[in-house]
Amino acid sequence: MDILFSLIDGIMIALQPMNLGLAIVGVIVGLFVGAMPGLGSVNGVAILLPFTFVIHNISGGATSPMIFLAAVYYGAMYGGAISSVALGIPGASTAVATTFDGRPLALQGRAHIALMAAALASFAGATISNVLFTAFAPMLASVALDFGNPEIFALMLLAFATFAGLGGDDVAKTIFSICFGLALSAVGFDIISGEPRLLFFDIQGFSHGIRFLVLAIGIYGIAEMLWTLNSARGDSSISKVDVSFASMFEAMSRFRHAWRGTLIGSALGFFVGLLPAAGATPASLMSYGIAKMTSRDSKNFGKGALDGVAAPEAANNSASTGAMLPMMTLGIPGSPTTAVLLAGMVIWGLEPGPLLFTEQPDFVWPLIGSFYISNFVAVLVNIAFIPLFLWMLRMPFTILVPLVFVLSVVGTYAAYMNMFDVWLMVLVGIGGFFMRMMNYPVAPAVLAIVLGPIAEPTLRQTLMQYETFTVFLTRPIAGPITIAAIFLILLPMVRPLIARIRGGRAGAKGI
Amino acid sequence: MRRGEIITAFILGIFSVYLMWKSGEPPAWNPDVPRFANIGYDESGTPGSGFWPFWLGVMMLASCIWTGVSWALKRTPASVSEEPLLDAHGWKMLITVGGGLLGFTGLIHILGAYGAILVFLLYYIRFLGKHAWVKTISISVSVPVVCFFFFDIAMRIVLPKGYLEPLFIPLYDIFL
Amino acid sequence: MKKLLKIVTMAAALGTASLGLSVPAFAWQPDKPINFIIMAGKGGGADKMARLMQSIVEKDSLASRPLVPVNKSGGSGAEALIAAKSSNDPNHTIMVTLNSFYTTPLRQPGLDVDVLQFAPIARMAEDTFLLWVHADTGITTFEQWLDVARNEGRNWVMGGTGSNSEDNIITDFLNTNYGLDMKYIPYKGGGAVAKDVAGKQINSSVNNPSEAIGFWQSGDMVPLVAFTDERLPMFPDVPTLREKGGDFSYFMQRSVVGAPGMSPEAADYYSTLFAQVFASEGWQDYRTKKSLMGELMSGDELTAYWKLQRNNHESILRASGAIK
Repeated sequence: MDILFSLIDGIMIALQPMNLGLAIVGVIVGLFVGAMPGLGSVNGVAILLPFTFVIHNISGGATSPMIFLAAVYYGAMYGGAISSVALGIPGASTAVATTFDGRPLALQGRAHIALMAAALASFAGATISNVLFTAFAPMLASVALDFGNPEIFALMLLAFATFAGLGGDDVAKTIFSICFGLALSAVGFDIISGEPRLLFFDIQGFSHGIRFLVLAIGIYGIAEMLWTLNSARGDSSISKVDVSFASMFEAMSRFRHAWRGTLIGSALGFFVGLLPAAGATPASLMSYGIAKMTSRDSKNFGKGALDGVAAPEAANNSASTGAMLPMMTLGIPGSPTTAVLLAGMVIWGLEPGPLLFTEQPDFVWPLIGSFYISNFVAVLVNIAFIPLFLWMLRMPFTILVPLVFVLSVVGTYAAYMNMFDVWLMVLVGIGGFFMRMMNYPVAPAVLAIVLGPIAEPTLRQTLMQYETFTVFLTRPIAGPITIAAIFLILLPMVRPLIARIRGGRAGAKGI
Repeated sequence: MRRGEIITAFILGIFSVYLMWKSGEPPAWNPDVPRFANIGYDESGTPGSGFWPFWLGVMMLASCIWTGVSWALKRTPASVSEEPLLDAHGWKMLITVGGGLLGFTGLIHILGAYGAILVFLLYYIRFLGKHAWVKTISISVSVPVVCFFFFDIAMRIVLPKGYLEPLFIPLYDIFL
Repeated sequence: MKKLLKIVTMAAALGTASLGLSVPAFAWQPDKPINFIIMAGKGGGADKMARLMQSIVEKDSLASRPLVPVNKSGGSGAEALIAAKSSNDPNHTIMVTLNSFYTTPLRQPGLDVDVLQFAPIARMAEDTFLLWVHADTGITTFEQWLDVARNEGRNWVMGGTGSNSEDNIITDFLNTNYGLDMKYIPYKGGGAVAKDVAGKQINSSVNNPSEAIGFWQSGDMVPLVAFTDERLPMFPDVPTLREKGGDFSYFMQRSVVGAPGMSPEAADYYSTLFAQVFASEGWQDYRTKKSLMGELMSGDELTAYWKLQRNNHESILRASGAIK
């Protein structure tokens, strides 16, 4: 009951005119930053951090600036889906999975349905995780502490396993793509040995590694556009969606078909988000994988299934809230964005840590209240802006394409501030076009480059510490996760075998 | 398509070999360590720094060889397709668009991001898109202006200016 | 027309006057945004500090152009060093450094970076190191810890940030001088190390106070000994290693440096700027809260300090076999 009263108090504070105004401004800014390919929540929050000092000076407390940043964070998480659906470029790693079905939907002229589903699923995901957060925050804090290196590696294995079926029909090319992504993720610097490695042709530009966005924007922004230009021939625009109240309501009512993906994403997102080092990207990928695996309509995934948009979007928003928990209660950021939020809290003189909830209730509850408010504001603002984003899609191809290229180039530069990454992105794009033509699946490579940098060090740290592989099976949390992962990896191989045995029997009976 | 399939597999196979060779590289400060000393386990049972990329390279090479075998046996759709990888339209598109993109990126070094955006949009919208001059110019001018206010002023992300840098100093005086 | 001219002149005069009030006259002033390179990734200790400096500059309008932070964490700082060294506008390029400023050029000779070529702007602080264990181990003194760690041998696991880094140097020192055989596991960041000590995934760490403070306040982590010359005001009951007879102290520098080739006038400007930041309430608060040491240092004094530190690190790394 105490929690409920504290929460209501918190919501009332978050609803004060100034705080509400900050939340609205924050959400709008976040939405546009998130919708830019290349810029995600981490850029939005980091860039606006100094601005919050002005707010801090005016309001005199840490609550208002934090509410503002939380609103930017929420806005950006919603915005990520927009560039995934409308442009086909995942603006941040959290929105990769959204392109898998969001893009096909847009190409089929159903972008409004996809954008609406993304907005509503995000809202559902964030709401569910807000409730879980409010009710169980102090209890769940210690879960993160139980996740050491073996557990995190097991989780990465599971994330891969849920994606086993993602590749194309050509097994050799799928394997190549996975290994390619994993190998590229090792480029740069090896933290275990403290040595630079794989600096191709000894170019220093590789010393910071091949960044996720370089690959993602190159593949989705450039290669995909070139491919579309090559195959579209005379067709002058992507899709013609008419924007009207009727079509928006139709889109809203379609969302009821996506409840399963939304639920899977919301629940899984929250728990994966809680874990340090994991965060929203593995959460959204796993949710997509599981939604596909458990769907009766799994063949439609990748071709425009609404559940395929709802699951990752619900998951990444849910995980964003989840990731706030270890940040606030343990001082451990689960994602780069929460790391910047943490820096902000420290600068305002707050001490995130196990005692935050008991010693700083005046800060914590208004902040939690603001999660609810920001989320509510975000979904309204997002839906209100959908027509604008759809209008973008109605531009003739000969204007939209150069604008996408400009956004890709400028976005890559803005994300990493160097021209080397821009060149690499463009070359990846042109190379990726040829691989796309030859039917090499790209999604596994993009997935691998996200998970690789978490999986490799945790594997090696584990082996260094325990000196045996069995630790992945014997630890109480890592064990079940590893077994589940192995089961899922083997499933696609075993399934045809079972089917054959069954089919064989049936055939025998028939004779 | 048939030729493209084997050429792609061949190029990717060469990359795999290069990756394996590069993985085994000894650290720069210690030339005494032999190449490929780091691709196995060290004395404590920990994989070395080259372990992960090297064996991934092996798997990549294997899958390229697999693709090559399927090609020789004509087992995949691409390996029996007699269609060209790119027809005349495709090549023209790749050269005008892909080339334009490379030119755009190169121009950033000279004209800076904003100048390059202007030139690229002019080129694409007018010469590839064949839109009217009014439309072309209004878009090509407004996009860099909006980008400047979004990135340089609002977000404080300073995009490269190339040789046009002096032109921006007065703008900073006004807006920053 | 005349009236308009008058207004313009007045506005200009006012503008100059207000500028003159807020910033003292300089031989050089930035005329475009200042490239503020951070030699570490987002969210780490160095990043937090850099963003605090940036926000103090912003809040008190200390500089006429904004500082634009850019994280370049690649290659243990190699990326940042290269970016600063090859900057085509050294007067507008400054960088926040840590000890990788010394160790990375030593470990990666291919970079061809000489730290003494960087313009000395300001040493803002020296961060301190303490030895931490989980409270549940029951260990309360350094001697007890030595006994336990010695008995456990290779099974005693120490976590730290990076390989051949600050944490690794301290671990090596303890191993060689106290007959220990601890296993060192490199992590990506100090926060993850502290979390794994608190979660009992590893046995001990040498975290900076800022990384472990939360777990210390909650009673999960206990400091045993400080690697400083004097006891830290925040931990008055924690002895220093020197009190325990060890001849060793170790600090993490937090300096702002200018790109090689920066003009002396520009270096002066930044030195004054960061002296103002140093004196600000925000920075002094942060120093107290995070138990930072080290007074402000700049100019030739700072270059001499770097030279000393670099030579120290060279001998430490050579002794541990991390360089030749």
